[in-house]
Amino acid sequence: MTTVIQVPPSLDDVTFEQVLDRLAPLPADDKILLDARHTRWASPFGLTGMLTIAQTRSARPALAVPDAEDTQSYWSRAGFFKHAEPLFDFHGTVPRARAVAESSVLLEITPVAKSGDVHEVVELIQARAQQILSNELGIDAQASVRFVMTLSEVCQNVVEHAGRGGWVAVQTYKWRQRLGRRVVQIAVCDAGVGFRRSLESTPGRVLDDRWDDGMALEEAVVRGVSRFRDRGRGQGLAGARNFLGKWAGKLSVRSGTARIAIVPPWDDDLPLREQLAPFAGAQVQITIPERV
Amino acid sequence: MVQHIDVSSVLRRTVCDLYSNLVTRPTGAAVRAEIEALVAERPAGARTLTVIDFTHVGLLDYSCADEVVAKLLLRYSTPDAPHDAYFVLRGTHEAHVDAIETVLARYGLALVLEDSERHARLVGAVGDDERRVWDAVYRVGPADVTTVTAVLANEQAARWEPDGVGRVMDELFARRVVIAVGTRYLAVGRTEVAVG
Repeated sequence: MTTVIQVPPSLDDVTFEQVLDRLAPLPADDKILLDARHTRWASPFGLTGMLTIAQTRSARPALAVPDAEDTQSYWSRAGFFKHAEPLFDFHGTVPRARAVAESSVLLEITPVAKSGDVHEVVELIQARAQQILSNELGIDAQASVRFVMTLSEVCQNVVEHAGRGGWVAVQTYKWRQRLGRRVVQIAVCDAGVGFRRSLESTPGRVLDDRWDDGMALEEAVVRGVSRFRDRGRGQGLAGARNFLGKWAGKLSVRSGTARIAIVPPWDDDLPLREQLAPFAGAQVQITIPERV
Repeated sequence: MVQHIDVSSVLRRTVCDLYSNLVTRPTGAAVRAEIEALVAERPAGARTLTVIDFTHVGLLDYSCADEVVAKLLLRYSTPDAPHDAYFVLRGTHEAHVDAIETVLARYGLALVLEDSERHARLVGAVGDDERRVWDAVYRVGPADVTTVTAVLANEQAARWEPDGVGRVMDELFARRVVIAVGTRYLAVGRTEVAVG
């Protein structure tokens, strides 16, 4: 029997939890159909998150593609169908990929599995980032460089800690609901070992009774702890936090059953959410708002 | 002996000839290994100043800065360092410096950067006294402790004593940002002629 899971009309990091709530009780070898027919919009987090769902399933999942042509077209331009094809059985018409420049897609969905992929991501985004971030978001050239540094560090977390490949995507859009201005959003999602298991692999590590996904996220994201003993480790996320602090950006990291967020003044998110539906790996989202 | 190393050439030669950005740890480790190999080509026991040129490097992320800069300095800042080596970074832009300062602070290291006008400055985990003494040595050129003390006293209302300046100078020497030649000291960054 196939379990149908409705994909929300607007799929972002918040509504993605609805999908995970439905997914959590199902064994990995159960057949599922992600029904995105009525989905009209998806953030980079939503799109890369759906790919990671497929990674966690031992029975090949199905995906009912959006009915709306403009949504199909956008998902296609964002590179979603290209990466979803080996992972999902499609229900519905998948538009043929067209080589059309999409101004809001700073970086189409790109796999990250090895160090060379991070180089590719940086080389791809560098030229576009400076132009778009400066023209559309009022972010100066130096900050654009730091933006790419942040992207590089977050992608490296997948390569160094996840134990399997993930995906990255970067997009700008007008965030009417929360801010009423443009934002640039980075999503880096993987279905690897996650922060807790990564830190547990540190040799000699003693775990206390309170050790869980939330504590692991606090250690890694807030205190810069890494599974490596090397003193130079853990600087990537610390550097990202500094950059986001200067630009009123938001960082959220979901791993296992918890989600931690560095919350800027414009947002009312909780710094730590726990007892979420369990999900493999780590899912990172960075949001930087337009300067006003 | 002065050695110039264009980091972007090293990157292309050792990692990939299409890359212009110093990102990821494996890339940083490969670049550092090549820099160390070039330093090791110098005669054993020779004092070397290596100018590492970042002019053609696009991006430098924290992980790569840790591998290329911090771990390189760590290796040559210990008593059992393989060479009497000093380093200056040239052609760094603001975002490079941000990453470099972050990793230097993590290890308590110091380093000399040279700007496009060839003016040098000290960055990293540096105290006020260390910075004042280094600046004075840099301005006056090769000088002994007495001369540097006189310069500082003249500029800063005589609060300096030779013993204190000597101690700071020894610390700066141990941190590889000044070179001791007999009783005189040279600031790294003004030393190309003297060392070469």
